[in-house]
Amino acid sequence: MSILIENISKQFGNFQALSPLSLSIDEGEMIGLLGPSGSGKTTLLRIIAGLEGADSGRIQFADRDVTNLHVRDRRVGFVFQNYALFRHMTVADNVAFGLEVLPKQQRPNKSDIQQRVKHLLEMVQLGHLANRYPSQLSGGQKQRIALARALATKPEVLLLDEPFGALDAKVRKELRRWLRGLHDELGFTSVFVTHDQEEALELSDRVVVMSNGHIEQIDAPGALYSTPNSRFVFDFLGNANVFDATVSNNQWQNGDASLTLPEGLSPQDGQVYIRSHEFTIGTEASAQANLPLRILAINPIGAEVRFELEPVGWQSQEVWEIDLTHKYCDQQSFEKGQILYATPKHGYFFAQDTQQPRQINWSLKLC
Amino acid sequence: MSKQKHASQLRVGDSPWVKWSLIGLTLILTMLLLVVPLISIFQQAFALGVSHYFSSLIEADTLHAVGLTLLVAALTVPINLVFGVMLAWSVTRFEFPGRKVLMTLLDIPFAMSPVVAGLLYLLLYGNNGWIGAMLYDADIQLMFAWPGIVMVTVFVTCPFVARELIPLMQQQGREDEEAAVILGASGWQLFRRVTLPNIKWALIYGVILTNARAVGEFGAVSVVSGNIRGETNTLPLHVQLQYEDYQAAAAFASASLLAIIALITLLFKAFVEWRQERSLNIDTDK
Repeated sequence: MSILIENISKQFGNFQALSPLSLSIDEGEMIGLLGPSGSGKTTLLRIIAGLEGADSGRIQFADRDVTNLHVRDRRVGFVFQNYALFRHMTVADNVAFGLEVLPKQQRPNKSDIQQRVKHLLEMVQLGHLANRYPSQLSGGQKQRIALARALATKPEVLLLDEPFGALDAKVRKELRRWLRGLHDELGFTSVFVTHDQEEALELSDRVVVMSNGHIEQIDAPGALYSTPNSRFVFDFLGNANVFDATVSNNQWQNGDASLTLPEGLSPQDGQVYIRSHEFTIGTEASAQANLPLRILAINPIGAEVRFELEPVGWQSQEVWEIDLTHKYCDQQSFEKGQILYATPKHGYFFAQDTQQPRQINWSLKLC
Repeated sequence: MSKQKHASQLRVGDSPWVKWSLIGLTLILTMLLLVVPLISIFQQAFALGVSHYFSSLIEADTLHAVGLTLLVAALTVPINLVFGVMLAWSVTRFEFPGRKVLMTLLDIPFAMSPVVAGLLYLLLYGNNGWIGAMLYDADIQLMFAWPGIVMVTVFVTCPFVARELIPLMQQQGREDEEAAVILGASGWQLFRRVTLPNIKWALIYGVILTNARAVGEFGAVSVVSGNIRGETNTLPLHVQLQYEDYQAAAAFASASLLAIIALITLLFKAFVEWRQERSLNIDTDK
């Protein structure tokens, strides 16, 4: 079922939780609402569910206007951050709840309910726990039961509030993959809230990046990463190193450091954002860049080695991070305190006081 | 074993001298203040023999006092049960101006002397009071009759249920209820199948306390009852009347009934506390 959100806004007291925003979600899509805490993502999710009323705007499920429809009648599935399983009911009773509270005419008979509960528990691979109580389950198991409970009434829209927030990294990853599989198999429309960029990028068809009650950008994960449209999105998604650039002698300068101006860009002051994997490093400055950095730490992180570096002879507000492959690092010897020269291949330029980035590509010029 | 001993020596304020003198003192005071009076009630009640004990209990006025006391409790408890749940629900599930004030007002019956409460009701509902005068014209008599006794007892005992429920419902939050509504539960289904089981033990605990106080209330009731023997005398008032009539053994026999009710209440309370603790353990065992 497609979801259409038009000019929804919400105020709590003096706090503008959502500025009027619009969003259109296609049938069968999986949408991640990504943002820092206080960005309004959970409020938006709760408004879609009907747990919160919007101050203005309207919401449509397919061609049905649900703006003034009570939560009970919206028939959405909702998974709470802390699962909200009914503690005094067994797992099976929890899952059956949505079916048992149906009005008499629609309610399946007892054996049909039992059958459906059994099927749902098998689907979440927890059939053997039917008679346990929620307190006897692990976090990941609770999460799956919460999902089975939400899916019992066959909702066409599934809403998830920080679904994996309380789980450890390994279980989280496993459940993520499993949820994606379930979504593809059953074909419901999903919206989930997360502050974890990795989760949003891995799980969603499209990611909605939010901050301060606004939508910053809506895009597929790949596009979001490669073409962020604002400083906020750039900062929030992935690590970015920021070079405060002042034009001088027809190049960007900052103290002792300098970068050549890429071709086709009129010389102006601003900030150059460079992702941590967009670098080559050497022991002396290259023709294109003179960025001296001192090694503060070398941390192997999964598939890459992350260098934490501080500027030498120039200023940066934050420590720089550069990711290199293990293979490369194995060939060289690096140690703490050593000075390196970084050369960016590719970056983004935000001219002074603008939000729109321009892509810059030094390697093109070199070729 | 030796390890344990070592650890216990390290604990602050655990010198044996302090420990045993504190425990001893507490035990002695408990005996003097609680246990001896309780035993002496029964000793005095049976002072003139077992047959006298039972014959004083089946005296018409005593039986009437017992009946009236049970009637008052039977009316007070359901009224305050409903009121307490409503109030706890309102202040924990809704935001409205005056919410905090309402929670403070709830403590008035605890803070105020019951005698003062009785007097207030007398001034308001007595034949010369604001409302009482109107009721008198309509030929309705509340004060110096059992309805008045019920009214002041409801007043005195109204915080118990709500006081038990409010912290629990605040702690549990509203997520369970939201989940139930999203799954399609109606208001009644929500209350019956989700809220009520969650607050069950706290509710029972509140009811036990309400009942104990309703049975034993003296101050407020004595002001509004008028002490009409065989008509508006509750058990605690009856004890006093008998004592003033120099029927000490009979007074203590009636008092022993109150003591027995108190002991049964204590047993119930201990059981409910044990159950409540167990259900809380399950909750926090996440």
